[in-house]
Amino acid sequence: MLTYIIRRLIGALAMLIVVSMVTFGIFFVVPQWAGATPEALASRYVGRAATPETVHLVAERLGFYDPVVVQYGRFVKGIFTGAQYDYGAGVEQCPAPCFGYSFISGQPVWPDLVDRMPVTFSLAIGAAILWVLGGVAIGVLSALRRGSFFDRLSMGTALAGVSLPIFFTGMVSLVIFSYGLGWTPPGGAYTPLAENPALWAYDLLLPWITLAFLFAATYARLTRAGMLETMGEDYIRTARAKGLKEREVIVKHGLRAALTPILTLFGIDFGLLIGGAVLTETTYTLPGLGQYAILAIRNQDLPQVMGVVLVAALFVVVASLVVDLLYAVVDPRVRLS
Amino acid sequence: MTAPLDVPGSAAEAQPESVLAGAGKDIQGRSLTRIAWMRLRRDKVALGGGVVVVLLILVAIFSGPIISVFGHDPLEFHQEAIDQSTLLPQGSFGNMGSEYLLGVEPVNGRDIFSRIVAGAWISLLIGFLATLVSVVIGTVLGVVAGYFGGWVDQVIGRIMDVFLAFPLLVFAIALAGVVPDKGFGLEGNGLRIAMLIFIIGFFSWPSIGRIVRGQTLSLREREFVDAARSLGARHGYILFREVLPNLLAPILVYATLLIPTNILFEASLSFLGVGINPPTPTWGGMLSEAVRFYTLPHFVLFPGLAIFITVLAFNLFGDGLRDAFDPRAH
Repeated sequence: MLTYIIRRLIGALAMLIVVSMVTFGIFFVVPQWAGATPEALASRYVGRAATPETVHLVAERLGFYDPVVVQYGRFVKGIFTGAQYDYGAGVEQCPAPCFGYSFISGQPVWPDLVDRMPVTFSLAIGAAILWVLGGVAIGVLSALRRGSFFDRLSMGTALAGVSLPIFFTGMVSLVIFSYGLGWTPPGGAYTPLAENPALWAYDLLLPWITLAFLFAATYARLTRAGMLETMGEDYIRTARAKGLKEREVIVKHGLRAALTPILTLFGIDFGLLIGGAVLTETTYTLPGLGQYAILAIRNQDLPQVMGVVLVAALFVVVASLVVDLLYAVVDPRVRLS
Repeated sequence: MTAPLDVPGSAAEAQPESVLAGAGKDIQGRSLTRIAWMRLRRDKVALGGGVVVVLLILVAIFSGPIISVFGHDPLEFHQEAIDQSTLLPQGSFGNMGSEYLLGVEPVNGRDIFSRIVAGAWISLLIGFLATLVSVVIGTVLGVVAGYFGGWVDQVIGRIMDVFLAFPLLVFAIALAGVVPDKGFGLEGNGLRIAMLIFIIGFFSWPSIGRIVRGQTLSLREREFVDAARSLGARHGYILFREVLPNLLAPILVYATLLIPTNILFEASLSFLGVGINPPTPTWGGMLSEAVRFYTLPHFVLFPGLAIFITVLAFNLFGDGLRDAFDPRAH
């Protein structure tokens, strides 16, 4: 058990290192294809009025002439110990999780990311509760009543659900429920949880439902397939034969085994979502990490792009790690080995 | 790879000589492909999906002639169809009628029907070619990992894990956003289409890779592979002539299921403004323009339905195909 945990921790750490290296490498190399020279990068910081000499000096001080490896090392060091940026006009101290300074605003990237995390997190957690409960319940019921009207209806809806892009369902739901009926607030509304929990839930209700519909469809299909498989296993017959109540057979023996692949998928999905629900946030104009990523790209603000991609990757890795550790709880085979 | 024979009563008692002489003609081994085809033919829903898929492909291929017969140039402005004071389409239902089959866009009056047909070409082109890219990468790496095992398998497995841990959409958006407008002898939307095919294909290969690896793991223990090996066949021969042909069915199934995912991926990128550049029509791009005109149902609905019908048709067909090839189903 302990070796299992340690192995997973090392794996997650290695994964983070690789992801950060690849991300840094790509966003270092690709802009250079686009013709971005160190001077061009430096001039994003000092403004257009600067003389070529100043730009050159700043590029040198920021280390843009160094090899990729050196720049990567400095970047990683900045994340752990903070960094000092020398723009020529004076030295600026960028505190510990330092992801650099934005080209556009000149502000450190990390506080911006922290500001936007609660929005994306609120969106993801509410939707996740809805889709896991809804998807798994529908999947189990469909599997138990295989071929029934309920099964066909819910699986048909689920197939339609996975085929609908969220920006389309989102737009249609806004037109109907917000602009048409006036039941929900128009896009762009967000109230922090601490400020007013009721308003927080009210503002996020429509995005939650739309997002949950999309994911619930996948989870219902997966749960149904898993349940159909496990309910045909010998140990289910054994459980029934020893006189367990049908409910216990279904939940404790059937669902528990069917849940493993769903848990894996949930780890990845949830991690991806809290790293930026790009499409949902764009459709409902929610000021979360996803919207931040889009703005950063439109502005070609490289430090912001890098920051948001790395944070998103961190969430996926951490979520998968948590799921791996949860396996030890759900699956006795993992615990005993 | 033959399934259990359908043995009609008398054949079992037939004399060996007569069987050898061909007397037992009603004994027929059916290949998996034939069984799958028979199952698929009975699956009305999957067939319906397949028919729609074929129709969509035809529409995409003949988009030029279709537009010239039934519509107007997708990039052409039609100010005469627009009410100049409100900038909205004239008449009811967005000026839908025999002139403009699905109405016109607000402000510039472009023909929505033509734009959707032209968008079908781009969607399917990217959907198919991106899937081809992931199938090639996924198959090669999956077969190699499964066949050789050991440290090769470990390394490729880790690479797949890394790809799965990437925040795909954010990463693809970021990459699509920083790619230059010119390069590799291409420019403008030609380059963007090529780039989208590469990015989407490059990020979705692990799903195929995992399946191919798993299948190869079991195939490599089979007798015919042992036989080939003991006859002195080289690895390359075994991989391409013995293992790969047996992987065609699962690859075909999962490629069919990957196409709709990739079409959605392209639509998402175009919706976010990092896909194909306007004014070239794409379904995602049309929806992102429609955001500002939510009072015009036809402007939102038609591109959305185009995506929905396409993706649903591929999903239905792919699901049917998977069930047909799955020996455990039925």
